[in-house]
Amino acid sequence: MELKHISDLNQLKEIKDQSYSEINMRLKESDRNLNEIKEYQVLICSGTGCTASKSQIILKKLNQEIQKRNLINKVKVYKTGCFGFCKLGPIIVVHPERIFYCEVSEEDIDEIVDKHFCQNEVVERLLYKGDDKQVKKTIDELDFFNDQQRIALRNCGVINPEDINEYIAMDGYLMLATILEEKRDRNTIINELLNSGLRGRGGGGFPTGKKWEYALSYENDEKFVVCNADEGDPGAFMDRSILEGDPHSVIEAMTIAGYTIGASKGFVYVRAEYPIAVERLRIAINQAKELGLLGQNILNSGFNFELDIRLGAGAFVCGEETALLQSVMGMRGEPRPRPPFPAKVGLWEKPTLNNNVETYANVPIILKNGADWYNKIGTENSKGTKVFALAGQVINTGLIEVPMGTTLRTIVYNIGGGIDNQRELKAVQTGGPSGGCIPVSLIDTPIDFESLSEIGSMMGSGGLIVMDETDCMVDIARFYLEFAQDESCGKCVPCRIGTKRLLEMLTKITEGKGKEEDLKIMEELCYDIKESSLCGLGQTAPNPILSTLKYFKDEYLAHINEHKCPAGVCNALLQVVISDEKCIACGICARVCPVSAITGERKKPPYEIHQDICIKCGACIPKCPTDAIYKR
Amino acid sequence: MENIKEHDEKQMKEEQVSVYFNGIEYKVPKTVTVLEAARMNHIDIPSLCYLKDINEIGTCRVCLVEIEGVHALQASCVYPVRDGLKVKTNTERVRRARKTAVTLLLSNHHRECLTCIRNLNCELQNLADQLGIRDIPYTGEMYDYGFHNDNPVIQRDYNKCINCRRCLAICNKIQECHVYSPINRGLDTVIAPAFKKDLIEVSCIMCGQCVIACPTASLTEKESISDVWDVLSDNTKHIVVQTAPSIQVTIGEEFGMEIGSQVRGKLVAALRRLGFHKVFATDVTADLTIMEEANELIERLKEPEKLPLLSSCCPGWVKFAEHFYPEFLQNLSSCKSPHEMCGALTKSWYAKKYDLDPKDIINVAIMPCTAKKYEASRPELEVDGIRNVDFVLTTRELARMIRQAGIDFVNLPDEEYDEPFNQYSGAGTIFGATGGLFEAALRTAHYLITGDEIDIPDYTDARSQSGLKYGEITIGDKKLSIAIAHGTGNAKEALDNHRTGKKKIDYMEVMACPGGCVGGGGQPILGGKDHKKISLDYRHNRSDALYNIDKSMEIRRSHENEQIKKIYEEFLGEPLSEVSKKYLHTTYVDRGKYPYVRTNE
Amino acid sequence: MDIYIDKTEEENFKKLDEILETHGHDQGHLITILRDAQEVFGYLPEKVQSYLSLKLDIPISTVNGVVSFYSLFSQEKKGRFTIGVCLGTACYVKGAKDVLNAIKEELGLDSGETTLDHLFTLKDTRCIGACGLAPVVMINDDVHGKVTPSDIPSLLHQYIKKSKEEQDD
Ligand SMILES: Cc1cc2nc3c(=O)[nH]c(=O)nc-3n(C[C@H](O)[C@H](O)[C@H](O)COP(=O)(O)O)c2cc1C
Ligand code: SF4
Ligand code: SF4
Ligand code: SF4
Ligand code: SF4
Ligand code: SF4
Ligand code: SF4
Ligand code: SF4
Ligand code: SF4
Ligand code: FES
Ligand code: FES
Ligand code: FES
Repeated sequence: MELKHISDLNQLKEIKDQSYSEINMRLKESDRNLNEIKEYQVLICSGTGCTASKSQIILKKLNQEIQKRNLINKVKVYKTGCFGFCKLGPIIVVHPERIFYCEVSEEDIDEIVDKHFCQNEVVERLLYKGDDKQVKKTIDELDFFNDQQRIALRNCGVINPEDINEYIAMDGYLMLATILEEKRDRNTIINELLNSGLRGRGGGGFPTGKKWEYALSYENDEKFVVCNADEGDPGAFMDRSILEGDPHSVIEAMTIAGYTIGASKGFVYVRAEYPIAVERLRIAINQAKELGLLGQNILNSGFNFELDIRLGAGAFVCGEETALLQSVMGMRGEPRPRPPFPAKVGLWEKPTLNNNVETYANVPIILKNGADWYNKIGTENSKGTKVFALAGQVINTGLIEVPMGTTLRTIVYNIGGGIDNQRELKAVQTGGPSGGCIPVSLIDTPIDFESLSEIGSMMGSGGLIVMDETDCMVDIARFYLEFAQDESCGKCVPCRIGTKRLLEMLTKITEGKGKEEDLKIMEELCYDIKESSLCGLGQTAPNPILSTLKYFKDEYLAHINEHKCPAGVCNALLQVVISDEKCIACGICARVCPVSAITGERKKPPYEIHQDICIKCGACIPKCPTDAIYKR
Repeated sequence: MENIKEHDEKQMKEEQVSVYFNGIEYKVPKTVTVLEAARMNHIDIPSLCYLKDINEIGTCRVCLVEIEGVHALQASCVYPVRDGLKVKTNTERVRRARKTAVTLLLSNHHRECLTCIRNLNCELQNLADQLGIRDIPYTGEMYDYGFHNDNPVIQRDYNKCINCRRCLAICNKIQECHVYSPINRGLDTVIAPAFKKDLIEVSCIMCGQCVIACPTASLTEKESISDVWDVLSDNTKHIVVQTAPSIQVTIGEEFGMEIGSQVRGKLVAALRRLGFHKVFATDVTADLTIMEEANELIERLKEPEKLPLLSSCCPGWVKFAEHFYPEFLQNLSSCKSPHEMCGALTKSWYAKKYDLDPKDIINVAIMPCTAKKYEASRPELEVDGIRNVDFVLTTRELARMIRQAGIDFVNLPDEEYDEPFNQYSGAGTIFGATGGLFEAALRTAHYLITGDEIDIPDYTDARSQSGLKYGEITIGDKKLSIAIAHGTGNAKEALDNHRTGKKKIDYMEVMACPGGCVGGGGQPILGGKDHKKISLDYRHNRSDALYNIDKSMEIRRSHENEQIKKIYEEFLGEPLSEVSKKYLHTTYVDRGKYPYVRTNE
Repeated sequence: MDIYIDKTEEENFKKLDEILETHGHDQGHLITILRDAQEVFGYLPEKVQSYLSLKLDIPISTVNGVVSFYSLFSQEKKGRFTIGVCLGTACYVKGAKDVLNAIKEELGLDSGETTLDHLFTLKDTRCIGACGLAPVVMINDDVHGKVTPSDIPSLLHQYIKKSKEEQDD
């Protein structure tokens, strides 16, 4: 790809026009003629999910085959970001027909090339089959995408994130260039953001325009712009997908932010576990620099903005903004009390603006389409869309973006396709370790910042875990507390010691050793920790307990009074047993059992576990070749 | 560190804002925190991790208050005031949260108060009492990092640490030795030296400032009390005790007397009642140090490339230089510190004079200082294989012995020191406070160089509590740039300034402890008794007391001390003689910043 | 020079010098430098930390505080393969704990420990962002999705074989 330095808006528009005509066929609204296909564009998902299921090997193989058969001029292969439907990865979309191939493997490539590209015939067996066993041919037919509205993810799965021209084709950098060309008044930009109603997507939901306004108001010779890409919420990968699929949107927004608040240096703080995102970001920064859209004297405007990447090293608390700033400076990621807020005292004591990846990704398009366009989407107090990582016991796990105000029901059933294995939905967990469990009775709640808080959960950064009757709510609370306890920075007393005590109480309950009066002590301690912790981690860590206590108290009582785990999760309250039907009497389990609890006769199924001897170590379970041993 | 009294006065003059505490309006300076504002107005908010100007990080959550319009409770020690701020310091919410914070701490604390060195002088214990904690409903895992006493100076009981980080703050910010850091995270966090090594293995200067800062018994001096009891009951030994100049103005605090009470006579009386055979004043050998050091200065003035001369009477500072500024070791005066000189003389001149076998003499030093415990164990200081000082007891340890012996300290009569270490000048006495050494040395150096006696004005400049003072003095035709630093962080600044040429010095007095020895690591700990004053300002009262003693004295110059003249006549000959080199001077060791990895050189 | 470097260590410390060079001895890059140093040495022993402290002019206590804060850093020698079992929420509800137990059982290790032959180090990790494939196990850089406890023996065997092959080469 050839990149040449540009110096004004017009030159940017030239690139746009050129590149647009090239990628036009990938767009839904493009005028494609399917009767006479001269050229194919193949988009291969190169997000982390699909890369894990070997999409990059497929990409290599595909390119080899194309070369071998001399199809170079007819078929072009592009990397792209996550389509969202990661469960079905690796995913390949073929344009112009918008054919959606899923779970493609290396062995399927020959057939795709032969049939599709040589004979113009769709490979039926690689298409998606929905619940109704109906084959869905194109991406537009999938229910998964129907209720979604992709704004932050607008370019993911459309453009090649490693080619800045494709971003420009989608009107990328248009706003930056326009602002610089016009020397737009800073307050105008801020007002646009204020009017759009955009609120921070990092969890807190603070109005973005307000934050920019504060950062502008503190005079200083040096200021900084920071992007929080730490994304520590376990089970969430929104920010990662944006960085992998559309890194330029973040770069553009940060540069605009730099211009607006008067900063000439920015940092993107990315967690260590995201190597692909980091690589894409690095490529994007270099390309933007080469084009003159980043760095010194951007587009000859006299405005300078340098962008650096800083990597985390494995600490959830570094997502908290004051801790993040410490970490950017190379120190222990320990939060500090606020006020003063980073907008006043941030990196190296200078005013610092910090926003989340998704927040930034929304900024260029809001400025381009206008506040009025944006604030028509969503609810009264929560405008726009929100990206969620849909995971857990739902059929279609993946990444989705829906307008604020969409109900959980729509998400779980329409988009998510319902619960795996025909089990019953029990709860939806939002907000990660800071959030809470929403019971099935509240599934029609339209989700936005306020409604989620009202029912004891949180918007959080967008993790959305679906749980069914096989999930024990006490154990889930314990899981989150274990997480919080593990990730507590240890600076302040309530969180450092308090979360440990909560965890110990919960563990006691899951072991059937709890007492009913513990619940009251635990609940009180929860409130005290919330009220008195130094940072958001401690202030929200008790939420998973409080919400499960509120909606699932019966499960706690079952553990305490009946010594039972209704969902069949808590080890100490379970038995390890052998399924009569599955056992083939191979005797392996009896040999591994450290306490000789298993007896039986070779070739005479079933073997039997003597419950009075078994110590529930679980050693036998993975050893069984037929998965006949299970916990009950 | 600024002079805190002045600081307070300055603050009161600043722009004032209105803050409402529990509905009542108060005018407070604009730049203070809610906690300071409350304390200025005698509203009690408990605190634990807070150390004024040093540790303001909001970790213990004991000082929580309600702030109108803010959702969660806020730590008042770090919350800035603003006009119209409405604060509630005593609501059920606040009381409960404070109590929970301390209860949680206690749930992770090995509560061994009865046998604890800080029993009855422990901030945690006090808080538990103040907040009325009667039961700890949570049990669970506790710290189990053990007890370390691998060095002769400071011992560490990790299990009593509450992670308040006061030790860390003082060591990093004031001493700039950077010994501690939080290590690990979450419940595993410990405030410890790198790799959780013992203090002796890292670049700790043993000043004991962290011990003074610690609200619990996690950091304490290593006691030598029982060893001293043992020798006191050994009839074959001749046991002498010496007291550093500052002890007479601090030990009274241990017995409930006012800060800065002068109790020299009672101190001597108490020591005699404890069974020591002779009670000496280290002030005498402080005068001797002046003589030696002033002469050294004169020598060096002849060869200006040997300047600056850096004082060496503070072992904390000496160790600091050995770790961090080995290139300046040649500039350190070779004089031992006064108590070591006293030790050396008791086992030589005194022994001969009174016909005693030096091996039978036990010299016990009552010092304000933990670093001197370390100094006493340095092999370089031995003379003919004999240790100069056998045991160093801190002020606190002596007070404990006095209590153990059932001596009613406050009602003791005044008694006098024993010959031949009983006569000293005011110069020797002010050794115990910052600026004192310089002033004392100047009085003598001026005379030695010019033959004239210098007037003794009140060098308030030198004596003030500001951490690093620069000045110029003229002695005859010589102009000297001098610096006075207390708190090793300030010494570091001065050395860096000298090295870069930003500010050259010819002579510097350094005392490792803020305020000098009156603020030493072995002095009474006031924090636990009066947490509202856990700042550094008490050091003023103590040093004022020393300067007042000086003022009231007949002889205020070391070279006029008759006893010193006698020592030179009878034993040493003259300053810097061979004999005095042998007994009174020493050498230094380049220790480096990473003593633990310097193995295979 | 404050820190003695043995002949056998010279090569690695030279690499460390290069790393320091590329980051301009900038204190703010401490975390990045530590990551790179861990790449070179496999872990961050006392001497490496002290060396960085000296070169970056950051107190050793601070360096050690940083190293011990972040879970990515190891102060002990790690195995040839690091097995990271994702215990993120998505993986957890999909049975990651059983997978972890199976590995513990198979290797006789607890989380954070290394086998005696220095082949495997077991760790539980946080979400690696492949939640769609839960439960997920990472072995060095390879991501394995939808793992069940009974997959474990054969999965580990692949790596044992791989290391044997390496040794034979
Ligand atoms: C424990 C904790 C973890 C957090 N993790 C993240 C995170 O991973 N990503 C993020 O953007 N914000 C995170 N936040 C929120 C940030 O502190 C901050 O509010 C956010 O980055 C602000 O950006 P926004 O206004 O664009 O949302 C976290 C907060 C806390 C208390
Ligand atoms: S709440 Fe937890 S994470 Fe936050 S500062 Fe306190 S201990 Fe650290
Ligand atoms: S769980 Fe453990 S003790 Fe029980 S039968 Fe299986 S191997 Fe034996
Ligand atoms: S290992 Fe499985 S199949 Fe074999 S005897 Fe045991 S339960 Fe039956
Ligand atoms: S440190 Fe304080 S609370 Fe702890 S045992 Fe000692 S006296 Fe008791
Ligand atoms: S204070 Fe209480 S616990 Fe302590 S000795 Fe007295 S009675 Fe016993
Ligand atoms: S004794 Fe002094 S140098 Fe050593 S750790 Fe304590 S404060 Fe720091
Ligand atoms: S040792 Fe003492 S001062 Fe240091 S953190 Fe522990 S309790 Fe606080
Ligand atoms: S200033 Fe005094 S008390 Fe402090 S270390 Fe030096 S000699 Fe000891
Ligand atoms: S990573 Fe490929 S669809 Fe998400
Ligand atoms: S938090 Fe204020 S005194 Fe500790
Ligand atoms: S929770 Fe395991 S990969 Fe996200």
